[in-house]
Amino acid sequence: MLPYLLRRLGLAVITVWAITVVTFIILQLPPGDFVDAYVAQASAMGTAISAAEADALRHAYGLDQSLWVQYYKWLSHIVHGEFGQSFEYGRPVTEVIGDRLWLTILLSIGAIIVTWGLALPIGIYSAVRQYSIGDYIFTFIGFVGLAVPNFLLALIVMYVGLRVFNVSVGGLFSSDFQLAPWSWAKVWDLAQHLPVPMLILALAGTAQLVRIMRANLLDELRRPYVVTARARGLAERRVILKYPVRAALNPFASTIGYLLPYTVSGSVIISVVLSLPTVGPLLLHSLISQVMLLGSTIILMLGVLTVFGTLLSDLLLMWIDPRIRLGQLK
Amino acid sequence: MADPILSVRNLHTHFFADEGVVRAVDGTSFDLHSGRTLGIVGESGCGKSVTAKSILRIVERPGRIVSGEILLRRKNGSVVDLVTLPTDGVEMRGIRGGNIGLVFQEPMSSLSAFHTIGNQLIEAIRLHSRLTKPAARARAVELLAMVGIPRPSQRIDSYSFELSGGLRQRVMIAMALAAEPRVLIADEPTTALDVTTQAQILELIRRLQQERDLAVMLITHDMGVIAEMADDVVVMYLGKEVEKGPVDAIFHAPRHPYTKSLLRSIPSVLAEPRSRLATITGSIPHPFARPGGCPFHPRCPDRMSVCETSVPQEIVIGENHATACHLYTRVPA
Repeated sequence: MLPYLLRRLGLAVITVWAITVVTFIILQLPPGDFVDAYVAQASAMGTAISAAEADALRHAYGLDQSLWVQYYKWLSHIVHGEFGQSFEYGRPVTEVIGDRLWLTILLSIGAIIVTWGLALPIGIYSAVRQYSIGDYIFTFIGFVGLAVPNFLLALIVMYVGLRVFNVSVGGLFSSDFQLAPWSWAKVWDLAQHLPVPMLILALAGTAQLVRIMRANLLDELRRPYVVTARARGLAERRVILKYPVRAALNPFASTIGYLLPYTVSGSVIISVVLSLPTVGPLLLHSLISQVMLLGSTIILMLGVLTVFGTLLSDLLLMWIDPRIRLGQLK
Repeated sequence: MADPILSVRNLHTHFFADEGVVRAVDGTSFDLHSGRTLGIVGESGCGKSVTAKSILRIVERPGRIVSGEILLRRKNGSVVDLVTLPTDGVEMRGIRGGNIGLVFQEPMSSLSAFHTIGNQLIEAIRLHSRLTKPAARARAVELLAMVGIPRPSQRIDSYSFELSGGLRQRVMIAMALAAEPRVLIADEPTTALDVTTQAQILELIRRLQQERDLAVMLITHDMGVIAEMADDVVVMYLGKEVEKGPVDAIFHAPRHPYTKSLLRSIPSVLAEPRSRLATITGSIPHPFARPGGCPFHPRCPDRMSVCETSVPQEIVIGENHATACHLYTRVPA
């Protein structure tokens, strides 16, 4: 158990380090450096910055030093939670991302919970009642859900919300609370706005997970240990929930690794459509207008999120599968 | 002989697939008696396991018992027809494990890898008794000791993958007997085990049978196991019983050509070295392409023209000895 855990932890650390290297390389890719961009921006605004001033800036930011030193400094800043100053926004990157990151994580975790909450029971039902009318209906809805792009679903929900219920679906806050400081009223306002985007985000993943759960469980239902559980006199419902569902959860737990970053990066278009104040639109914007520091910071965060999600699913697997816990499966 | 404890009468279990109906069990009748072992023998796919599952009413869809009776004499002496009970009802669930225990053919996968063997054993005990958890655990340790598992109080917290195949099958036997049933169905209990372990498991089953006066139904394709264990034998082919009788009659005076072929295909140490082992010609027909008349006629060395058109009826040819073959019927010309 301990060696497994240590190996996973070690791999996670190495992966995160590799991500920082890639991110740093991405940062260096565009021609010129930050100061060039700053100078260009300033001159566009009508302020001229002399070459000497630019060099002074370069020296101040350490841009005249070797790449290794720059990487080291950048990394040590990041480790201390300082992601630098966003030139475009004129504020620290952490502040620009700030609340958006927490809202994104909140939305992602919510979407994952909704996804599991829907996919588990539907998948179990579809497998146990294979080829029943209910199974066919869920299968049909599932394939439609897989085929319809999320943003279209978001648009439909917005349209229906506005036309039928006369409520504006979009954003995570009412206009009164948009810029207000945090308060219980604002939290309540957020809670009211969360379910719709959460559901839309969850639906695509749900359709996929229902198919996975159904296929897994169908495999497990035919295993001899299910027959012996039945032969012991256990009631059918208990048989299914205690034994094959438990085994079918295994691949389910591994999906959390990619679900976590997916709900962030996959939500970009939905977030734009629903004008959600999450990291997604910020990433899109920074990539379009080549705000490299902001963009690479978000990419770094997504990468770390993926590693974290994978580690989480490893831990989860260890918890639910004794074969992994006892070192039988590598 | 005393009244049978379990009596199967003209059982038909069919599977209704899109491609057609598979008659997995097609008219089988036999009795199980306390303290005696009934061997059911036949090639793979002849309906042995489906018969076992039918008795416990755990045939998976699209399979279903079409007709027949399964009469169980309960501990209080009353007789119940299992075919009439709802499959997931309280009564049938009480009979599974409580009156009839099952040992399945694959010890490797018959236990859940996600639960300790103790967890599954205690579950089996508590389903059929009012024991508290600690009492059931103590009983589970006793059961493990009874089936010869070393250090049972530690082994109870093991997972199945930590045990060898032989130990797993011992756990399965302990589990099947957890609620003191009087009937034990062992479906190919030794098929997946090596020869030495096979002998130990068979010995264990025999010992427990003597201690508890169990009626044992032993399903196997191994004539050697039958010779060693069974008192009575049913030979099945394509869901039908072709011959049944006491073990001595089956081995020393087999009547049905299929039984004779099965016996010829047992390797013998007395055989001429390098001589070919006798096999049954042809293979089992596809379930959807079942031959008309006697199901064995395409492979039968003694085939007659009547065999292709008419299904032979079972006729008595000796004491408790019967066979379904046209060789022994007088067919009107």
